[in-house]
Amino acid sequence: MLGTFEILETIDMIQKENLDIRTITMGISLRDCCHSDINISCNKIYDKITRYAEKLVITGENIEKEYGIPIINKRISVTPIALIAESCESEDYTRFAKAMDRAAETVGVNFIGGFSALVQKGYTKGDKKLIASIPEALSTTKMVCSSVNVASTKAGINMDAVAEMGGVIKKCADLTADNGALACAKLVVFANAVEDNPFMAGAFHGIGEPECVINVGVSGPGVVKCALEKVKGADFGTVAETIKKTAFKITRMGELVAREASRRLEVPFGIVDLSLAPTPAIGDSVAYILEEMGLEKCGAHGTTAALALLNDAVKKGGVMASSSVGGLSGAFIPVSEDAGMISAVKCGALSLEKLEAMTCVCSVGLDMIVVPGDTSADTISAIIADEAAIGVVNTKTTAVRIIPAPGKKIGDIVEFGGLLGSGPVMKVSSFGSSEFIKRGGRIPAPLHSLKN
Amino acid sequence: MKAVITVLGKDRVGIISGVSNILAESNVNILDITQTIMQDVFTMITLVDISGCNIPFDVLSAKLDKKGVELGLKIQIQHEDIFNSMHRI
Repeated sequence: MLGTFEILETIDMIQKENLDIRTITMGISLRDCCHSDINISCNKIYDKITRYAEKLVITGENIEKEYGIPIINKRISVTPIALIAESCESEDYTRFAKAMDRAAETVGVNFIGGFSALVQKGYTKGDKKLIASIPEALSTTKMVCSSVNVASTKAGINMDAVAEMGGVIKKCADLTADNGALACAKLVVFANAVEDNPFMAGAFHGIGEPECVINVGVSGPGVVKCALEKVKGADFGTVAETIKKTAFKITRMGELVAREASRRLEVPFGIVDLSLAPTPAIGDSVAYILEEMGLEKCGAHGTTAALALLNDAVKKGGVMASSSVGGLSGAFIPVSEDAGMISAVKCGALSLEKLEAMTCVCSVGLDMIVVPGDTSADTISAIIADEAAIGVVNTKTTAVRIIPAPGKKIGDIVEFGGLLGSGPVMKVSSFGSSEFIKRGGRIPAPLHSLKN
Repeated sequence: MKAVITVLGKDRVGIISGVSNILAESNVNILDITQTIMQDVFTMITLVDISGCNIPFDVLSAKLDKKGVELGLKIQIQHEDIFNSMHRI
């Protein structure tokens, strides 16, 4: 029989240290839902999603009850809609988003991702229409999430798309101005987007993925923080070792849930995403892990090194625990969703520039950053370009999820509610980048993309 | 199928009988019981076989939870695999 200590360790992780399965995400291919008539295509999408995901939520809830591990979100990702919608002759793709939203409501998931386009090397007609439809789509639906991949290490950076996305984000903010610019929180601009990411808002079901798949995202910043509390003052070798062991245990649980969900739903198991994803709950923060390593406040000098260690140790521990690791797998640093990050921004310890540096060594990018409402579209595009460059040159995923909150100034707080938390408005550079963004075209792929 | 029942809280009269009565009524066999005081908290861990259980798992779980509230303790039942997956390779 298992030892008392082991059983209590697991129970403590769940009850006191906020260990949970962050999401079970079902990826569904919609490639057989194309049609020249938008109504028929939307009906096919609704029918397929509701048929495949019919039992997703109840299965998740049953696993939660039997194993006693909270499964916070049940979600769906679909083939990038630009690929599906392109066959129809309509100009406005908002109706696809509405069909997705209806399907999500019917099956009871809390987000559906994939109102997406992949334009790293250029646009097709469908991509253009989809991007133009994003503001309307996100402001008239509740659960739909959108992402646009504007750059990759292989293709370089599509600066036309970067320029356009600045405007799209501003429009999203304006259309949901009464609601804290919520539409922006559901829109991610990627470089090197991954095809099997289970986390929102950036999840979509990649074109190389099977018909249907189950991906699971684990979490547990609180568990890592508590483990580090027990090795106060020890050297970095011990710190890395402690994080690795903890990540291993967390991931084993994710693997169990993923396999069980896959078996019960009769859908192949895809990947476990090892990401440490914070929530606004106290004790579930990535920033507090960094502070536990000895930083007075997240954002102090040394933060990037601490995050690099954390990100690497999480991967090394996790990769041994699962037969298939994928997605983003690392540490997330969304400002509004992390109590420690919020507090660091409020006291002036953490700036946009420092966050940008941190994104060089962790798994995502500038995530859930609230900036003043009068930030120009060009400045937002330039922020996206910087992040895309970091992703492209370092052969990693980077993303920008930025909220230019209308009417808000530096120091104000924007409330999103739920897992999205609340974000303090951060300072952006007051110097312009518009001539740079106006150039358009493509920033070529770096030399090291030529690996063949 | 095996499950682990954990009881955490303040020691008092009637904990084992409270839990074991529910298990007997539900045709659940107790395989092992350990109890100890850890950091001033009464801790009882019971390994049970639920293959013959005559009620659905969530009903059993709710009954134990209710008994816990009555006794002022936290009683939880979880599938054994959650612990095995984390601690056994």
